[in-house]
Amino acid sequence: MEFDEAKKMIVEKLEKKAKTKTKFYFNDLAKILDMKPRLAKKLVTKMVEEGVLEYWSSGSTSMYGLKGAGKQAGAEGE
Amino acid sequence: MAKHATPLLDQLESGPWPSFVSDIKQEAEVRAKNEKGVEYQIPVDVCDDLLGVLELSFKHGRTHWKHGGIVGVFGYGGGVIGRYCDQPEMFPGVAHFHTIRISQPAGKYYNTKFLNQLCDLWDFRGSGLTNMHGSTGDVVLIGTQTPQLEEIFYELTHNMGQDLGGSGSNLRTPSDCIGSSRCEYACYDTQNLCHTLTMEYQDELHRPAFPYKFKFKFDGCPNGCVASIARSDMSFIGTWRDDIRVDQEAVAGYVGGELVPNGGAHASRDWGAFDIQEEIIDLCPTGCMRYEGGKLEINNRECTRCMHCINAMPRALRIGLDRGCSILVGAKAPILDGAQMGSLLVPFVKVEEPYDEIKEVIEAIWDWWMEEAKNRERLGELIKRQGFQKMLKACNIEPVIQHVQEPRHNPYIFWNEDEVEGGWDRDVNEFRKHHLR
Repeated sequence: MEFDEAKKMIVEKLEKKAKTKTKFYFNDLAKILDMKPRLAKKLVTKMVEEGVLEYWSSGSTSMYGLKGAGKQAGAEGE
Repeated sequence: MAKHATPLLDQLESGPWPSFVSDIKQEAEVRAKNEKGVEYQIPVDVCDDLLGVLELSFKHGRTHWKHGGIVGVFGYGGGVIGRYCDQPEMFPGVAHFHTIRISQPAGKYYNTKFLNQLCDLWDFRGSGLTNMHGSTGDVVLIGTQTPQLEEIFYELTHNMGQDLGGSGSNLRTPSDCIGSSRCEYACYDTQNLCHTLTMEYQDELHRPAFPYKFKFKFDGCPNGCVASIARSDMSFIGTWRDDIRVDQEAVAGYVGGELVPNGGAHASRDWGAFDIQEEIIDLCPTGCMRYEGGKLEINNRECTRCMHCINAMPRALRIGLDRGCSILVGAKAPILDGAQMGSLLVPFVKVEEPYDEIKEVIEAIWDWWMEEAKNRERLGELIKRQGFQKMLKACNIEPVIQHVQEPRHNPYIFWNEDEVEGGWDRDVNEFRKHHLR
């Protein structure tokens, strides 16, 4: 899958869900792309590098979200 | 005079053991005096406020920390754990109080120059409080603010040759014992394997795409000084395939009292003369040893590498020469389903550079776990849910006798059709003629 196509799929799906959910497990993204996790990782990592997605971490678990979506740093846990 | 009164914390200092409260108070005092003239980049009273918020938590019986968030350094999905105080006006010094994990060097060997640099950096840009080391093995720097993160990362990577450690759904910083650098029991070079895999799997360490955390630990021998069998998803424990080497003269030395057992440990009181029968032979868990006519014999086939005899008589008994490691999988701490110890996956593999055989097993396990695990499911939980057999298939490893944990525990054997000669195709209509529904 081309990067731009993957990016479009992820952004569309995440924006659609934005009202109810802003943080996603890596597996959710791999499912959207319908790819094996290891291959999906390359595309998802590039999306983070480009600033389309951003990491969120509780310390024990990591998630991904559209950059700027949902609660941001200072408001965590509220 | 302390900034906040802390009667509940003060009580913790009253025991005979060292107290973290005293340590934090000491650091608070050092920062207040600032005899070195450090230009503190985060509030000087960070340690006072840390004590204050902890006292308040004791008073209220609940936490005043919020954790998690979008903090980190560019391109990394781990290494920094965001933490914020929910009483920032009362305790401005700890409004942000992020933790930074720093990858420890293999074997935890440092020089004083590095440790001085690290402490100077942390006094300058953090709280000055450290945890050497966290339970995963990293150097843990406790308490800094968001604008300091990139600065600290730059200094670490450019001037100190060190990297952040793992956190979140990443490969966690691999950790090992000192191995053959100082230990005669080491069956393989733990530091080399640990370092090589750390470098090989940088992407897995820094960019989270696993269902949950994943830990490697490397023990050079079954004494297990980093307790890999209990604490790591994938544990590498040194072992040998041939026989324990026996020096009968040295055995006689121990029996005769010329050599002190246990390398002289436990020597603070008189335990009486060394009794090889009582202290070695009778304690062998598989009963595979005997001492007769001044000769020690070992039935090596039955030895389970408990290490007791070797630990007690290190001059007389030494590990074999055909060395490698066993790989175990699935250990974890007790968040779900209780604690689990590792299960043996590979009974023996030679540990030789470039470690291709080991990498093959690791990557097969990851492929299976990444595809099959639920979110936040550890490898050990997936093995329990889907079965050990499924994992063997995924790794393309043939079942061997060492995989059987409890023989005769379950009398039923489930065969797949392809494992039975002729399969089990049958004509249902023919069957129904003789067997009504």
